[in-house]
Amino acid sequence: MIDWWDLALRLGVVLVAFLVLPLLVGQLEHKAMAHMQSRVGPMYAGGFHGWAQLIADGVKFVQKEDVLPTAADRHVFRLAPAVALLPYLIVLVVIPIAPDGAASSLDVSLFFALAVMSVGVLGSLMAGWASANKFSLLGGLRVAAQLMSYELPFVLAAVSAAMAAGTLSLTGIAAAWNPWWLLWQLPAMVVFFIAGLAELQRPPFDMPVADAEIIFGPYTEYTGIRFALFLLAEYAGIVVLAALTTVLFLGGWQGPWSDQLGWLWTLLKTGAVSFLVIWLRVAYPRMREDQLQSLAWKGLVPLVLLQLVITTVGVLAL
Amino acid sequence: MSFGRGLLTGLKVTLTNLTRRSVTAHYPDALPELPPRSRGVIALMEENCTVCMLCARECPAWCIYIDSHKETAPPAAPGGRERSRNMLDQFDIDFSLCMYCGICIEVCPFDALHWSPEFEYAETDIHDLTHDKSRLQEWMWTVPPPPALDASAPPPKEIANAEKAAGRQTPPPEREQ
Repeated sequence: MIDWWDLALRLGVVLVAFLVLPLLVGQLEHKAMAHMQSRVGPMYAGGFHGWAQLIADGVKFVQKEDVLPTAADRHVFRLAPAVALLPYLIVLVVIPIAPDGAASSLDVSLFFALAVMSVGVLGSLMAGWASANKFSLLGGLRVAAQLMSYELPFVLAAVSAAMAAGTLSLTGIAAAWNPWWLLWQLPAMVVFFIAGLAELQRPPFDMPVADAEIIFGPYTEYTGIRFALFLLAEYAGIVVLAALTTVLFLGGWQGPWSDQLGWLWTLLKTGAVSFLVIWLRVAYPRMREDQLQSLAWKGLVPLVLLQLVITTVGVLAL
Repeated sequence: MSFGRGLLTGLKVTLTNLTRRSVTAHYPDALPELPPRSRGVIALMEENCTVCMLCARECPAWCIYIDSHKETAPPAAPGGRERSRNMLDQFDIDFSLCMYCGICIEVCPFDALHWSPEFEYAETDIHDLTHDKSRLQEWMWTVPPPPALDASAPPPKEIANAEKAAGRQTPPPEREQ
């Protein structure tokens, strides 16, 4: 017998986290990026250091006209933002923030999370195709190429963690984690993080949306609230990637007083990884399209295959 | 091993910046400190103007409008000639045309025009950007004193001449090139 109240509460928490955490990451990006560039970032919205800037942005986006290009494939064009955004909400359902802290205790939650996360990229591809714009199409195809190259190391790195833990359940993997993983699974963690960044099209892997050369890639034709949804999807993606990295490779809720403060540890680690995502954006220039591909195929894939060998040896020997 | 050092340096630079104070000037909240002779607005010292029209003629944008009339004063000594002098009637600068080149200030032989660092005189009507002579005179009170000369610089010509006239020892004159 399912406890409906418990389930509703957990889903409610997931929804609140989905609505709040991306905004927090966005605000962190505003301020951290500004200070890293010796600026101060937003200062006025909300009164205190521009804390309400993203809310003001949201209000602005809602007020804007929702333009639909004449030549666009109307239904696909309209559907694309939802396809880009919703997968991240669904992934959040299986991410455990404490030993029993996942909204859904799926046995194959890792498999589920990876499968659903890849769907998000389809939103960008749909947007690129449906916009009937050459820049959008170029961006959309770059998204597709990036998805193809980085999905492989991304999944293989996750497989390494699953092999090490002997389970496909995210809760199980986080529970099986011990500090040795920081060394043993280090290559997998690096590959997982980098490939995840590339799947999110975050700088330095933002060739598909390179605003200086193909306007904004698949999102060129989008305005108003639909554009805001794409932006929100980007930040939700950061949260999900950071949370997955935390759960798979950083031990999730593990830490001092994890019995009471486990959820706090998960949130702290997620926040730290999110900060790293922002930091990399500020520090590094955009990679060229061919550099992107060669990094995936010549760098990450061999590295993660080596990691799989090491993990196999480790699992069999211990 | 130099591989990846550039990547680490990049991270270090941004992180160091994060810990330092930002350099942003909080303009509407804190006014900037502009040095003397900043090209904000042109001020007019009406008493110094002799209506020689040099500024209006040299202005590349033709944005200075001057009008005047002559007045005669009685002779200083009995039997002498009447003295005539120019009275300034109108001195307008249209700041919607002005390109802030400062040539008018450079050519003015009697220091009637000065740079003031004030820059907050935006208007909603373009006609209001034409400042008449009373408004230009008002800017005069915002003109800061010019910066001091360098310690080793030769004294200004005016002071050197005055010293010479007073019969005091003057430093050797500059050699002309």
